[in-house]
Amino acid sequence: MMVGILCAVMGTYVVLRGMAFLGDAMAHAILPGVAIAFLLHGNLLVGAVIAAVIIALSIGLFSKGGTVKEDTAIGILFAAALSLGVALISSIQTYAVDLSHILFGNVLGVSVSDLWLTAGLGLLVLVSVALFYKQFLVISFDPILAATLRLPAELLRNLMLVLLALTVVVSLQTVGVGLAAAMLVTPAATAYLLTRRLWPMMLVSAGIGAISSLVGLYVSYYLNIVSGSAIVLTASAIFLLVFLFQPRRGFLWKKK
Amino acid sequence: MDDLPESPARLDVENISVAYDGTPVLREVTFQIPHGARVAVVGPNGAGKSTLFKALVGLLPLRSGKIFIHNLPLGHHLDCVAYVPQREEVDWHFPVTVQDVVLMGRFGHQKWLQRSGQVDREIAANSLRQMGIAGMADHTISELSGGQQQRVFLARALAQEPHIFLMDEPFTGVDATTQEATLALLDHLRQKKVTVLISTHDLNLASSRFDIILLLNHHLIAIGDPKSVFTPENLSRAFGPQMLKLQDGTILVDECCPPEDGFAQKGKVN
Repeated sequence: MMVGILCAVMGTYVVLRGMAFLGDAMAHAILPGVAIAFLLHGNLLVGAVIAAVIIALSIGLFSKGGTVKEDTAIGILFAAALSLGVALISSIQTYAVDLSHILFGNVLGVSVSDLWLTAGLGLLVLVSVALFYKQFLVISFDPILAATLRLPAELLRNLMLVLLALTVVVSLQTVGVGLAAAMLVTPAATAYLLTRRLWPMMLVSAGIGAISSLVGLYVSYYLNIVSGSAIVLTASAIFLLVFLFQPRRGFLWKKK
Repeated sequence: MDDLPESPARLDVENISVAYDGTPVLREVTFQIPHGARVAVVGPNGAGKSTLFKALVGLLPLRSGKIFIHNLPLGHHLDCVAYVPQREEVDWHFPVTVQDVVLMGRFGHQKWLQRSGQVDREIAANSLRQMGIAGMADHTISELSGGQQQRVFLARALAQEPHIFLMDEPFTGVDATTQEATLALLDHLRQKKVTVLISTHDLNLASSRFDIILLLNHHLIAIGDPKSVFTPENLSRAFGPQMLKLQDGTILVDECCPPEDGFAQKGKVN
């Protein structure tokens, strides 16, 4: 549920800044970090955090000053990191259960120390988002104003990427690499349909994220399916409902 | 902002060149603008009008040359230049209300972690009233008409309480109400002795409403009062083949077509 809220809040920026691709790429790019940590018998989560931050900053570096477009930079890094990750994993003889948890997520398999680390990282991200709400609002909505106000746009942009990276790492344990992007984008996109301002959008998004997590877990328990999928499917179902029945702008209302 | 010296209060541009990637859009431009002057920046599409503004707010790096405001290099005053971008440069689907946008204009006056207070809200409300959109404070920006959107951004720039006010094409494609509100704003700014720079295609408006004309086509062609700048020689140097000279001496400048050479597109920064 923590993950649901966290992803949902960061997701508002992902949706508004058109970074959905980035979130997905980030999740995959973490793979080599996890694999290396596994090879070195280190903590998988720590490996993931390091990999994510490196990836986030190098995307910022490559796309800085428009030398390479951001989505191109992401595309290159994403593919390279994923290949590296797969290569490393294939070299591991004993393909352990642990690793598959990182890939596909398993909430019930999370250890207590990992849980604390997750909670700590999550709190860090949420506090940063709250503190820099104003700055993030300006650089997301109007980079030109950010420049005239002499905000350190580059720094803030990288900070946002790092926060996003941490969010993805935290969400990996619940929903796994493949579905982390969905948890970022789906609740936020749903909230975008329902709200008119940024902070209510964050709150609604967080609410939807939390509800999806809870409902998803129950569904996964009773129907005996993978928890990550159940959570993402729940969030997707909510999005679909809102898209169809949403007041004023809904799909069904437009048809009339 | 009050601790800034009132004199020598002016804008000095010394020999600046600005480029996006390859060839410079602005070459060796030098001019001075006295405090409180009203300046119309005129020139053909792709002449570097927007580029000049973006350089003035520090959005584009200077390849060479220097800009001084109040005799200090650019960047010393955090909040004394306000810039109203062209409407296409804004993401109108972003979930913010009119009031949110105008309050952003106050951020330059606040500390990093400070929230907008009562004073900020009052200034924002006054700016909205000035632009005639006070009743729309709680609307989202996507619900507004083009002219109203333009006025939101003018209100925000006003809330910044700038010394120098830059408007990029505020008269292009807006309704009459907005045009009037903008002209009223110009008078208001003159009373407050705010320096105003506007880029426009409307040469009539430029010569009737502005003290100084800055004629630009990559180079500075002329600067001065409308009479001395709008001479046939200057205009033909600026507009070249886009200009049509009639027999009675009237000069027509064809500027209604969108730019086709892709120059204006290059002139955008995201």
